[in-house]
Amino acid sequence: MSPKTLYDKIWDAHVAHEADDGTCLLYIDRHLVHEVTSPQAFEGLRMAGRPVRAPEKTIAVPDHNVPTTADRVNGIENPESRIQVEALDKNAKDFGIHYYPVNDVRQGIVHIVGPEQGWTLPGMTVVCGDSHTATHGAFGALAHGIGTSEVEHVLATQTLIQKKSKNMKVEITGKLQPGVTAKDITLAVIGETGTAGGTGYVIEYCGEAIRDLSMEGRMTVCNMAIEGGARAGLIAPDETTYEYVKGRPHAPKGAQWEAALTWWKTLFTDDDAHFDKVITLRGEDIAPVVTWGTSPEDVLPITATVPNPEDFEGGKVDAARRSIEYMGLEAGQKLSDVEIDTVFIGSCTNGRIEDLRAAAEILKGKKVKDGMRAMVVPGSGLVRAQAEEEGLAEIFKDAGFEWRLAGCSMCLAMNPDQLQPGERCAATSNRNFEGRQGRGGRTHLLSPAMAAAAAITGRLTDVRELM
Amino acid sequence: MEKFDKVHGVAAPMPLINIDTDMIIPKVHLKTIKRSGLGVVLFDEMRYHQHGGENEDFVLNKPAYRQTEILVAGDNFGCGSSREHAPWAIKDFGIKVVISTSFADIFFNNCFKNGILPIVVEEEHHAILMEDAHKGENARMTVHLEDQQITTSDGVVIEFSVDPHRKHCLLNGLDDIGLTMEKDHHIDKFEDHASQARPWV
Repeated sequence: MSPKTLYDKIWDAHVAHEADDGTCLLYIDRHLVHEVTSPQAFEGLRMAGRPVRAPEKTIAVPDHNVPTTADRVNGIENPESRIQVEALDKNAKDFGIHYYPVNDVRQGIVHIVGPEQGWTLPGMTVVCGDSHTATHGAFGALAHGIGTSEVEHVLATQTLIQKKSKNMKVEITGKLQPGVTAKDITLAVIGETGTAGGTGYVIEYCGEAIRDLSMEGRMTVCNMAIEGGARAGLIAPDETTYEYVKGRPHAPKGAQWEAALTWWKTLFTDDDAHFDKVITLRGEDIAPVVTWGTSPEDVLPITATVPNPEDFEGGKVDAARRSIEYMGLEAGQKLSDVEIDTVFIGSCTNGRIEDLRAAAEILKGKKVKDGMRAMVVPGSGLVRAQAEEEGLAEIFKDAGFEWRLAGCSMCLAMNPDQLQPGERCAATSNRNFEGRQGRGGRTHLLSPAMAAAAAITGRLTDVRELM
Repeated sequence: MEKFDKVHGVAAPMPLINIDTDMIIPKVHLKTIKRSGLGVVLFDEMRYHQHGGENEDFVLNKPAYRQTEILVAGDNFGCGSSREHAPWAIKDFGIKVVISTSFADIFFNNCFKNGILPIVVEEEHHAILMEDAHKGENARMTVHLEDQQITTSDGVVIEFSVDPHRKHCLLNGLDDIGLTMEKDHHIDKFEDHASQARPWV
C-alpha cells in the first residue's frame, strides 16, 4: 500500500461514494451550527419537507450575535439579533438537535464548545457554517467551513459533495523563544505563505514546536489555516490530544475509548508520504508578531517598522498603500510606537483558558493605561468559570479590563461590541480586514500576551520587555 | 436553481487584491434570516458613505457599471468568512460571473450553489479582461459556459476550465441536495459500515 498522509487517511475513511470524475460524497461525523449561517438552511429543509438526517451528530449554539454583557439574561435588545437567536432556539427544538442555549453555562463560541464537550474527536470529519471550523483540525480531525447551502446539504444528507484537496506540510522545527506563542506561529506562517498560499490545500502542521504545544495552542494554529487560504489545518493526534479528550462529556468511554484509541494511534502521516508543497520555519526564528495592514498576511515582528508599499510587487503595491492609509500609519514608523485605544482578548482563535492565563500572567499587579478600553471575552461559559476559579478574572478586573460573558463579540462585531471609526484595537482575533471590528475601526492582530502588554503601555509593545 | 447558459453584459473592473467577504457584505447585514434582498448592500462600505449617500468613485456607482453582470476582480477574491450572504448579495445585484486569478475556497464553492460562475484565468488573460472591463458599458463581454469561453468586446476569445460536475449542475440548474439524495443507498451503506468500524462516533 502506498504511503498516506494524515489527510489521505481521514479522507479515505469518510468517502461514501466516488463518481468517475473524482467527485466524492464525504460523510460528516459532526455538524456544528450557529445562528447566523443556519436560518436559511433550516428554512430550506422545511420548504422541502426534509428532516435532519443525523440529529444526534448535529450540535447548535448561538455565539455570533449574542451580547456579552451581564444583562443578556434579560433577553437580546437588538431585534434582528434576537430573531436570529430565537430562530436557532426553534430550529434546534423542531429538528431535535443538541443545543446549548444562550444562558446555558456551556454556551460559547461554537469552536470552543465542540472540543470542550468532547464532540470533536481525532479522525472525524467536522463541518460548520463558519470558516474557523479549521480550529478542530488540532485534534487530527478534518474540519472546515461551509456555506449555508452546504449547511442545508449536510443537515439533509449528512454528506458533502467534495473533491480532494492537495497535501501541504508546514513544519515548525525546534523550540520557541520565550514570549513567542502559537498565535505567533500561525501568523508567521501566513506571513510566509500569503493569504492565498494555502488555496487548494489541506495543511498538516508538524515539527517539534507544534508537538510541544498544548491542545489550546494547537487549536490557535489550526484556527487560522483558513487565513492562509487552506481548506483545513491538521495536527496528528498524540498523548496531548488523548489527555485533553479523555473524560469529556461526549468522548467515548470504557471499551469504546480503547477501541477509539487503537484507531486514533494509526492517524499519522506515513514515512515517505507525498506532500505537494512543504514550508519549513525554524521555531527559534519566530518573534512575537503583529499585523500592520488589513490582511492577515501583513505580519511583521513587533521590532519592525511599517513597510513601504513600493517594496512590494504586483497588486500588493496598491493593496499595501490602501491598507496603510486605512490603518492611519506611515511607512517607516516603528510598530512599537503605534498607539492603541482598545484591547480585545477573546475569539475562537484565543478565547481559551490558556490564552487567559497568558494574558493574566503579564497583567498581574499592573493596570491598563488610562483612557483605554480593554475587554476579555472568554470563549465559553466554562472557560469563564474556570478563569474565575483560578483567580484570573480578578487579575483582569483589577487591571481595568471588562470581564464579559462568552461569545464571538468584537472579533466580528455583530453584537454591540464594536470599534468606532478611527479607533485602533490590539486584538487576539483572526481578521484585520477593513471594518471587521466596526466600520472604520483599525485592527492589529497579536497574541494574548502581546495584547496584555499593549493594554499596559497603550501602544503595540514587545511583550518580552515586560517579562 | 435558474439555469446558467450564457451571459452577455457589462463587466466591471475591481483590480484590488484580497477583496474579502467583509468588504463584499459587512456583518451588519448578516442578521437576516432570508437569502434575498442583499444586492442593495453589496460592497456596502465601499459603495456608500458612512452617513449615507453613494460614493461616486466606486465602480458600481458609475453610470457605465450600474448594470454590471460580470466582475473582473483582483487575486484571492472572496477570502475570509464562509458567509453565503456574499454570493447572495452578488447574485441579487445582478452579477452572474466573477473572474479572477484565484478565489478563496469556500467562496468559490458558495458561488456554484447560487448560480454564479466563478472563473479562474491566468494572469496574462486576466490583464486583457481587466483592460476590457475598464472600457465601460459599451464594451460588453460574453461568457459562454457550454463552450467555456470568454469573448471580450473586441472579439478576443479566452478559454477557461470548469469542473465538469459543477458545469453540469449550473447548465441544468440542478439542486445538489436532490442529486445527493438519489445516492441515499450509498450513504446508508456507509453508515452501516462506519457504525461497526467506529461505533464511538
